[in-house]
Parts: sequence; C-alpha cells; structure tokens
Amino acid sequence: MKVYLDNGATTQVAKEVAEVIDNMLTKNFGNPSSLHQFGEEANEEIVKARETIAKKINANPSEIFFTSGGTESDNLAIKGIAYAYMDKGKHIITTEIEHPAISKTCEHLEKCGFNVTYLSVDKEGFISLEKLENAITDDTILVSIIHANNEIGTIQDMKAISQLCKKKDVLFHTDAVQSFTKVPIDVKAMNIDLLSISGHKIHGPKGIGALFIRKGVKVIPLLHGGDQEGKIRSGTENTPGIVGFAKAVEIISEKDVKQMKELRDRLIDGIQKSVVDAKLNGPKGDKRLANNVNISFKYIEGESMLYHLDGKGVAVSTGSACSSQSLSPSPVLISIGLKPEDAHGSIRFTLSRYTTKEEIDYTIDSVKEIVENLRKISPLKK
Amino acid sequence: MVRVKEGEKMSYSKEVMKRFKNPKFGEKMKNPDAIGEVGNATCGDVMKIFLKIEKNKKGDEIIKDISFQTFGCVAAISSSDALCELAKGKTIKQALKITRNNIVKKLQGLPNLKFHCSVLGEKALKTAIENYKKKKK
Repeated sequence: MKVYLDNGATTQVAKEVAEVIDNMLTKNFGNPSSLHQFGEEANEEIVKARETIAKKINANPSEIFFTSGGTESDNLAIKGIAYAYMDKGKHIITTEIEHPAISKTCEHLEKCGFNVTYLSVDKEGFISLEKLENAITDDTILVSIIHANNEIGTIQDMKAISQLCKKKDVLFHTDAVQSFTKVPIDVKAMNIDLLSISGHKIHGPKGIGALFIRKGVKVIPLLHGGDQEGKIRSGTENTPGIVGFAKAVEIISEKDVKQMKELRDRLIDGIQKSVVDAKLNGPKGDKRLANNVNISFKYIEGESMLYHLDGKGVAVSTGSACSSQSLSPSPVLISIGLKPEDAHGSIRFTLSRYTTKEEIDYTIDSVKEIVENLRKISPLKK
Repeated sequence: MVRVKEGEKMSYSKEVMKRFKNPKFGEKMKNPDAIGEVGNATCGDVMKIFLKIEKNKKGDEIIKDISFQTFGCVAAISSSDALCELAKGKTIKQALKITRNNIVKKLQGLPNLKFHCSVLGEKALKTAIENYKKKKK
C-alpha cells in the first residue's frame, strides 16, 4: 500500500487543476500583456483567477499579487515592508516558530541594520498577546506571525493579534501557506495587512503563490522589470500556475476539511492507543490544523522511523536533527520545550483531501510495528 | 564513497539500507562480558556494544559474540551492524585495529554528513574492549 502523508511538504495536483493547466500551456498560451486576442484571452483567465482567490479571503482582486510561491511572498512581505517603512522605524517582531522563509529573511534584515524580536511560544506553540504588546515599540513597523504552524499545526488567534497591531499602529503580516483553504480567512474581519499563500500545498502546482497586500500599504518590489502585477512583481505572469492555483481553491470544500479533521483525530487516537510513550506535539481540537499530526516517539530516532515507514510505503517527515543538513533538531520543537532527544523522535504526518480511512488504519498498524522493532534495539528503552 | 555536496540531498547506499532494515546484530545481550556505550541522546546518537569474550586454542582472547543497541538514524544503526560483523571472531588485538574507514567501506560508503556515525562505531567497540580489560584487572 502506498500512503502519502507528507502533504505539508507538497500535494498531488488535482486532476481538475491539471486539466486547466494543460489548457493554459497548450491552447491559451498568450502573454497577458499582449494586445492581441491571444494576450486578451490569457488575461481574462488571470482576471478570473485573481477574483477567485480574492473572494476566498474576502479581499479585493486588486489586493492579490501573484508570486512564485510561499517563499517569495514571505520575502516580498518582510523585505518589501522593511524597505518601504524604514524611515518610520527599523524594528520587526516575529516568532521563534516561523517557516525559514520568514526567519531567514529576518536574519538577513538584521545584518542590514534592522532589529528583530523573536517571540517565544508556549508548550502548544501559541504566542502570548502580552509578550507581543510589550515587544511593540515606537520603532516597530511590522509584526509577522505564522497563521498555522507547518510542523505542529498550531493555529494562532489572528483576530486578537491583528487588533493589537491596529491599536499600536503597526502593520501585520501572516504566513498562511499551511492554513489557506483549511482555516477560514477573512482579511477584512481579521484586520490582516499582508498574507502569504501558496499553490502546491492545496493540490495546485508548484511555483505559484500570492501575497495579499491591503490597499494603501506600501511595498518595495523585489523584482524590477516589466511592471506586471501592479508594479509590485515584474515578470511575465505564470498563467498556467495562476489558473491552476485558482482551480485548486475552487475545488476544496468544507467537507474536505471536515474529513481531514476526522481522519487526523483517528490517526492521533489510533497511535496513542496502540503505542505507549507517544506524545502529541501541538494543540488538540479546533486550534490544530485540520491535516497535521506531529508525534514524538520516545526512545527512537525519527529518521530511522521515516525510512522504515517509507519501506512500508508510508511517506512522512521528521523534525530529527539526523534528517537535516545542520544536524540540529527542529527549532520549532525546541521552542515548545521538547528535549532534543524527543525532538529527534518526532514524526509529522500531514493528510490531504485524498487521504482515506484505510490509509490511516494501515499507517497506525505500520507505526505500531516499527516503533516496537526500533525500541527493541534502542539502548534508551529500559 | 558516496559524496554529498552541501545543500544536496543525501542518499544511502544499498548496503546501508539492507543492514538498516534487517540488522543481524541488533539485540540486547544477556550476561555480556563487557559493554561499551558512546554518544548521547541530546545529539541524537547513542550506541551500545555488548561483547562475549573467550579464549581460543592459542590462548588469544577473541570476540566470541557481539551485538548492539542503537538510538539513532539509518547511518548509526547500519554502522553498528557493520561494526559487529567486522569484529565478530576477531582477537581483541585485531578488533582494536578496526577503524571508521573499515566501517564506511563495509557499508559501501556513507554520506559525508553521516560520517560521524562510523566514528561512533569505532569508539563504541574500543570503549567496550577497554571496559573488558578494566574488569579483568
């Protein structure tokens, strides 16, 4: 049996999406900037796609800017704001549990003379509003806090955070790459100024993302050229990507999210019932991302577990140091207070709308067998 | 030798995967003559080697039996298994000459990033033999 449970890394492109991409590649291939019919027809599709995505987050289409993906959206938001507002202040606030597209961009800005505060989180991965309020100074220009964490699935309280930012008159950005279409987002009600999203996490293609920028917020572009995307992002539009991205947004339903939540809880309960010393990382219930399960298996190491699961056809990821280039464990897991050895033993299972009950049950059985075998040869298990 | 460029995804040799999936020596030994434990859980690797020592007809002490328990990645587990196979049946003198390079060779290469796992193997065996010698005194 082949079970793909690494949808936090990337997803399979939906058939419906592949169809519209094919059409844009081979038939409707024009450059949207061209004045002739070929250009006009391609442009019409982009206009529709922009509307679809804007509607999903209650934004105006003119506030959606297509990029090459989540990483570019995050870079554009952070650097774009930093450079646009540096006369006003040079302080940025973010968290210890951001995706590297945010944390490494912030580290870069520190080298360029900006100051960055990295907020710590509690045991479930939530930031403290009090700490955030205390961190905001007259010099603060931007707060960037990840909506749903990619490793442990913690969903932050967007409304409370943005209200605070509004009160203190600082801009608020969120990386919503993992949460988009799985958690309802309303940029107006939630008072969000900038929001990053990506196509390939939601059964769209790789290489396409978008940044929502509230009207009136200034952003200095990263790429200069032909002034596409309202001069914010030059470069000929990735029309197949854009149209495929919008299609992916169209087809995901509330039913899909509900099913993912049910299967997520089935996986958590199933593992915890059949394996002792298996601790869930991140919160339970509605404050957890619909498709995320992250469990630390005591006495064993994650990379070993991953390869054994792979041998059984089950694809997952791990926060273990041994799987990373740096050989240090996941900073997110350390931030929520895990001991390094428990971070080494963490496995992330991420579901999709295509995940089935049979796949989840097969995974639970496989996990049980593998953990038993690895613990037999572990010197830590007494 | 499998070399992996910085930033490039590492991949394991067939021999590494074979030993990792079905280690021949992965078990706790009952009444071992010596144990050698190296590494620490914080860093993600703990390797424990168990030895049974007997004298052969010539009167040399040989490693009659050997097994391991390892908390660690694919490379750590397969290094432990390769080490055990290299050491089994050897005299203590011969066993002390087993190096990280012998282990890597036995595994048909290790990614650069994982080279330290073979170092751990060499150290674990040496520690076990030292402990045996101390115990005998």
